Amino acid sequence: MGIDGRVGIRVNGEHRRVPDGISITEMLNEIGIDPARVAVERNLEIVPRSSLSELCVENGDNYEIVHFVGGG
Amino acid sequence: MTAQQDITADTWTVAGRTFSSRLIVGTGKYKSLEENAAAVEASGAEIVTVAVRRVNISDPNQPRLTDFIDPKKVTYLPNTAGCFTAEDAIRTLRLAREAGGWNLVKLEVLGEAKTLYPDMRETLRATEVLVKEGFEPMVYCVDDPIAAKQLEEAGAVAIMPLGAPIGSGLGIQNRVTIRLIVEGAGVPVLVDAGVGTASDAAQAMELGCDGVLMNTAIAEAKDPVLMARAMKAAVEAGRLAYLAGRMQKRRYADPSSPLAGLI
Repeated sequence: MGIDGRVGIRVNGEHRRVPDGISITEMLNEIGIDPARVAVERNLEIVPRSSLSELCVENGDNYEIVHFVGGG
Repeated sequence: MTAQQDITADTWTVAGRTFSSRLIVGTGKYKSLEENAAAVEASGAEIVTVAVRRVNISDPNQPRLTDFIDPKKVTYLPNTAGCFTAEDAIRTLRLAREAGGWNLVKLEVLGEAKTLYPDMRETLRATEVLVKEGFEPMVYCVDDPIAAKQLEEAGAVAIMPLGAPIGSGLGIQNRVTIRLIVEGAGVPVLVDAGVGTASDAAQAMELGCDGVLMNTAIAEAKDPVLMARAMKAAVEAGRLAYLAGRMQKRRYADPSSPLAGLI
């Protein structure tokens, strides 16, 4: 954690700083993503939708946030 | 099925889910989401394939596919397009299951970018892992009757051989192997990839396939919505012709008018 009370994480390959101690749901909301429409992988592990609001974001976490797009 | 029966009674079932439409369409390469939705509507498809990709976190509120094609009305079949290893495909489908909440998925593991030909060793390995994890994979594969059997034994809920390379529109290159796969399969067989125009889709159905999956043939037509209609009609026509049982081929002519009573 930095002196600004924020932690560093990676989201879809991009570095982000978010407030320490927030849940994954809160992190998604801060970015502007509706948690109901995405799937979340944290450090290569799927995070079940039911756990998104319970688990806290930790310094150094690596997130992949995906959704459905057009494809063949 | 007799000629009197309604074509709507002719359904097919994959992994316990029953569908009337035998046409599955992709949702890639369209000019707009509106055009995509109109083409899906015109095709009559009850299943659409979708890809799993990163949310654009710098602009998370871009228009979404789900706003145009309702997942409650049309079954979303998440695919693993772009995956070149079993691990990538499995990871993608675990995410897809979390995003969508269902187990019916399309597995494809590609071998090389030039031909997008399936890597069957990786495909078979991924199928085994996915089945163990409770997935119901419909599997894209080579048009090889032995590979098809191996996939079915591994738990694939549908076998989806290519007619020709993905996006090529070259039509069904090997009718013999597609027919052999159909004859040997205990699960639905769908030609996936290679269809270029309506006659290709009809041909797949005439060979006894349970369905056809296509994307580019509709999306890259000059008028995708009209081509979607054409494909719907072609799949239905091919299916009816298969059920009707075609005439035997002859080496020479056989007159259709009676010879008796000729003046």
